[in-house]
Amino acid sequence: MSNSSLIARLPLIAGLLVLVLLPSFAGTFAVTLMNYIGIYALVALGLVLLTGIGGLTSFGQASFVGVGAYSTAWLTTAYGLSPWAGLVLALVLTGVAALVIGTVTLRLGGHFLPLSTIAWGISIYFLFGNMDSLGRFGGLSGVPPITLGPISFATNGAMYVLIWITVCISALLCWNLLRSREGRAIRSLRGGRIMSESFGINTFRIRLYTFVIAALLAGLSGWLYAHMSRFVSPAPFDVRASIDYLFMAISGGSGYLAGAIVGSAFTSVAKNFLQDVLPSITSNAGPFETVIFSVIFILLLQYARTGIVASVQRWLPRRALPMPAEAEEMPRRVMPEPGSLMLEVDKVVKRFGGLVAVNEVDFTVRTGEIVALIGPNGAGKSTMFNLISGVLGPTEGRVRFLGQDITSYGPRRIASLGLSRTFQHVKLRPTMSLIDNVMLGAYRRTSSGFLAGALRLNQAEERRARHEAMRQLRRCGLGDNPHELAGNLALGQQRILEIARALAADPALLLLDEPAAGLRRLEKKALADLLRSLRGEGVTILLVEHDMEFVMDLVDRIVVMEFGSKLTEGLPADVRADKRVQDAYLGGTA
Amino acid sequence: MTAEIALILGVDGIATGAIYVLVALGIVLIFSVTRVVFVPFGDLAAFTALTLAALQSGQLPGTVWLVAVVAGLTLLAEAARLVRSGRARKIPSFAAVYFVLPMIPVLLCIALAQTDMPMAIEVILAVLLVLPLGPLLNRLAFRPIADAPVLVLLIVAVALHFALAGLGLIFFGPEGFRTEPLSDAIYEIGGTVVSAQAMLVVLASVVFMGLLYLFFEFTHTGKALRATAVNRVGARLMGIRPTVTGDVAFLLASLLAGVAGVLIGPITSIYYDSGFLFGLKAFVGAIIGGLVSYPITALGALFVGLLESYASFWNSAFKEVVIFSFLIPVLLWRSISAASHEEEEEEE
Repeated sequence: MSNSSLIARLPLIAGLLVLVLLPSFAGTFAVTLMNYIGIYALVALGLVLLTGIGGLTSFGQASFVGVGAYSTAWLTTAYGLSPWAGLVLALVLTGVAALVIGTVTLRLGGHFLPLSTIAWGISIYFLFGNMDSLGRFGGLSGVPPITLGPISFATNGAMYVLIWITVCISALLCWNLLRSREGRAIRSLRGGRIMSESFGINTFRIRLYTFVIAALLAGLSGWLYAHMSRFVSPAPFDVRASIDYLFMAISGGSGYLAGAIVGSAFTSVAKNFLQDVLPSITSNAGPFETVIFSVIFILLLQYARTGIVASVQRWLPRRALPMPAEAEEMPRRVMPEPGSLMLEVDKVVKRFGGLVAVNEVDFTVRTGEIVALIGPNGAGKSTMFNLISGVLGPTEGRVRFLGQDITSYGPRRIASLGLSRTFQHVKLRPTMSLIDNVMLGAYRRTSSGFLAGALRLNQAEERRARHEAMRQLRRCGLGDNPHELAGNLALGQQRILEIARALAADPALLLLDEPAAGLRRLEKKALADLLRSLRGEGVTILLVEHDMEFVMDLVDRIVVMEFGSKLTEGLPADVRADKRVQDAYLGGTA
Repeated sequence: MTAEIALILGVDGIATGAIYVLVALGIVLIFSVTRVVFVPFGDLAAFTALTLAALQSGQLPGTVWLVAVVAGLTLLAEAARLVRSGRARKIPSFAAVYFVLPMIPVLLCIALAQTDMPMAIEVILAVLLVLPLGPLLNRLAFRPIADAPVLVLLIVAVALHFALAGLGLIFFGPEGFRTEPLSDAIYEIGGTVVSAQAMLVVLASVVFMGLLYLFFEFTHTGKALRATAVNRVGARLMGIRPTVTGDVAFLLASLLAGVAGVLIGPITSIYYDSGFLFGLKAFVGAIIGGLVSYPITALGALFVGLLESYASFWNSAFKEVVIFSFLIPVLLWRSISAASHEEEEEEE
C-alpha cells in the first residue's frame, strides 16, 4: 500500500479502532450515546443514498423507523413471537409502504415525493397514536430483548456490538452497491432523466429501489431501537424526527456514506450539549433547542451544503487507484452489411400547437456512412434529433431503425436497440471519474442487479465492463488518466468523453448532437480525426451540426433542413455548390 | 347519518374548505413564482389568529417580538451581505423597507394593545403585523439560495417551519386560543342553520379570489408575476427582477395567510403549532391542482374541507389519517395523467 493510500484510509482505520476499543474504556453513558448514534446512522445512511447521491428526499424516514419499531414491538408483546419474526415483519411492512408511496409519487416532479412523505409521516403518527392495539399515545412497553441462541442482547454493552456490526455491514453493502452497475445508475440520477434513459437505465425503477432501500434501512433501525429501549411510543417518529435525520445526513456530508455516521455523531453530541446547557440559561429549553437546530440547518443548507466529510476530505490525498486490469472482451454486436439501410425517416411531421417544427422530412442513413444533418438556426434539426432518439414523438410519419418501426418507442427502448447519442449541452456526471462515466454507457450490456452489486457477486462482469470502458477511453485518446473526475476536463475533452461513453454501449448507430459546438479550432480537429477513425472501424454516424466547415471534409452525405423542411440532400461538394443552401446560410435575398 | 346532519356537515366543510382555498392559492402563488414550497404558510395563518386572540383579550401579542426578531435578523444578514459585496451604502434604503416598515405595526401594536379597540381595527392590526413576515422570511431564508434546486428550497422551508414553531411556542406559549366570532347571527336557509360567520368566511374567500384574479389579469405587477411563473429566465431578460416578484409573491401570500388566520380563529382553537397541519391540508388541495392550476387548486381545497368535515363526524381521531391518506389516490391519478408528458427535471 502506498503512502498516500495509507493516509487516505487513516480516518476509516482510526474510526474502526475507536469502535472496537470504545467499550473497554468508555462509561455506560458513552456506550448508550454510541448506540443511539449507530441507530440514527442507519437511517442517515439511507438518506445519503436517497438524497445526497440519488437527488431525492423524504420527510418520512422517521415513520419508516416507527413502522419497523412498532411491527416488532407489537408482534413480540401481543403474540410473544421472537424478535427475529419481528425483524421480518418490520422489513416487509416498511418495504411495502415505501413501494406503494414510491410507485405513486416517483413519476411526478421531484418535490412530490418529499411532500407526500410529509403526509405519510403525519398519517402514520396519528395512526400509531390512535390505535388501541398499539397502545395509543401511551405506546407499547415490555418489548423483549433480542436473543441469538444462548446470547442475549439485553444490556447496552451487548446492544452496542449488535448495533455497530449492523451499521458496519450496512455501510459495506451500500459501499459495494455504489461501486456496481446499479450504483452507477443511482449516481447518474442527478444528471437528469434524459441522460440516464439514453443509456437504457429505467430511472423510475432505480429511484423506486433507492427509496425502498432507504426505507428498509430505517425499518432495520426501528427494529434495533425497539429492542434497545424496550418501549415504543409515537413521539420519536413524527415529522420533526424526520427532519433531524435529514439534518444528520446533510451536516455529515450527504454525498458520502461516512457522512451518515459523522453526521449522526455530530448531531447527537450537539443535542446532548444543548440539552445540558440550555436549561440553565432559559426556562424554554425545548423550543430554544428546536429553533437553534432549525436555524443551523438553514445556515448549513445556505453555506455548507456539502457537509463535514467533504471539508475533511479536501485535506486528504486522493487514493491512487490502479489502472483497470485486463479482462475478457465483452461480446459485440454483429454489425449489419455495409451499405444496408440502417435508419429511415419517413415523412416525419412534428407540430407544437400551431407551429410546425418539422414538416414531412425524410432521409436515410446506411450502414458505414457518416451523414450530417445541417441547417441554420431554427431549421428544426434539434427537434429532428429528438424525434429520432425518442425524446419526442412525431405527430405524423414513421421512423424505422434496423428494420424496426421505432416511431412510438421511448428513448430507453431505442437505446437498447443499438442507438447511442451524445448531447448538445454536455451531460456528464462531473463528480464521477472518466471510467465510471464511460461504464454508464455499458449499462445495458451488463445485467447484475442491486443484490449482486451489494454482495459483490458481480466482479467478473465488472472487470469486463471496466476493461471495455478502458478500451473506449483509449480509442478516443482519453486513456491516460481514467480516474480523473469528468468535471475537470475541458469542454472539448468532455464532448469526446461523451462519445466514448456512447461507444461503450456498442451501438449500431451513433447519434451526435452538435458535437463541434463551442469547440476551439484544435479541439474541432481532434474531434474530426476521432470521427474519421471511427468510420474506418465501421461505425455508422449521424451528426446534427450547425458548423458547415466542420462537416464538409468529414461526412459522406449531407441533409440540409430549413424552416422545418428538407431543403436538399447530397454529397458535400454538391451541397456546398447549391445556391439555395448558400442563401439559407448567408441569408441571401436573391 | 341523517340528511340534516349531512347538510350541517356540508356547510361546515364548505366554510373550512373556503379557508383552505385561500391558503392553497397562496401556496401555489409562491411556488409558481419562486419555486419555494412554502411549508410555513399555515404558521403565518396561525400566528395571525393568535395575534387577534391576544388583542381581543387586551394583551400584547407575542407576534410583536416575533416580527421584531425576524426583522432584526433579516437586517443583520442583509447588511453583512451588502458590506461583503461592497454595497454598504445600500443598507439605509434596505433598512427603511425591511426594518422600519415592519416595525410600524409593531410599535402601533405596543401602543394600542391594552386599549379597547373596535374589532375591525384589531383584525386589521393583526393582519398588518403578520404581513411583513412573508417577505422577511423570503429574504432571510430563501433569497440567498434562490437558484438552488427545488429540493433544497423545500428542505429549508420545512426547517423554517420548525424554527417558527419553536419561536411560536416561546412567544405565544402552549395554550390554545379561539377568537371571538366576527358575527353571532344565525340564519335558516333551506332547512338548515347557517351561521353568519360561515357565510362571511365563504364571502371573504370569494372576494379575495376575485381580487387575486383582477390583480393577475389587469395590473402590471400581476402580469410580471405570471411571466416569472411561466419562464423565469425569459422574465428576467424582459427586465422583470426576480427579487421584486419574489417579494411581491410572499407579500400577497402573507396577506392571504393573514386573512385565512382571521377566518379560522373563531372556528377552532389555534395553538402555536396548529399552522403545520392547517397548511398541509391546504397542500393536499394544492397538490390536486398539481401546484400549478389555480381553479383546480381551489376545488381541491374545498373538497379537502368537506372531506375533513365528514371524516371528523365519522371518526374524529382518524380524520388526519383519512385526509392525508387521500393524497395517495390523488397522486396516483396525477401520476397516471402526467406519465405521458414527463418533463426533464432540473439538474443540480
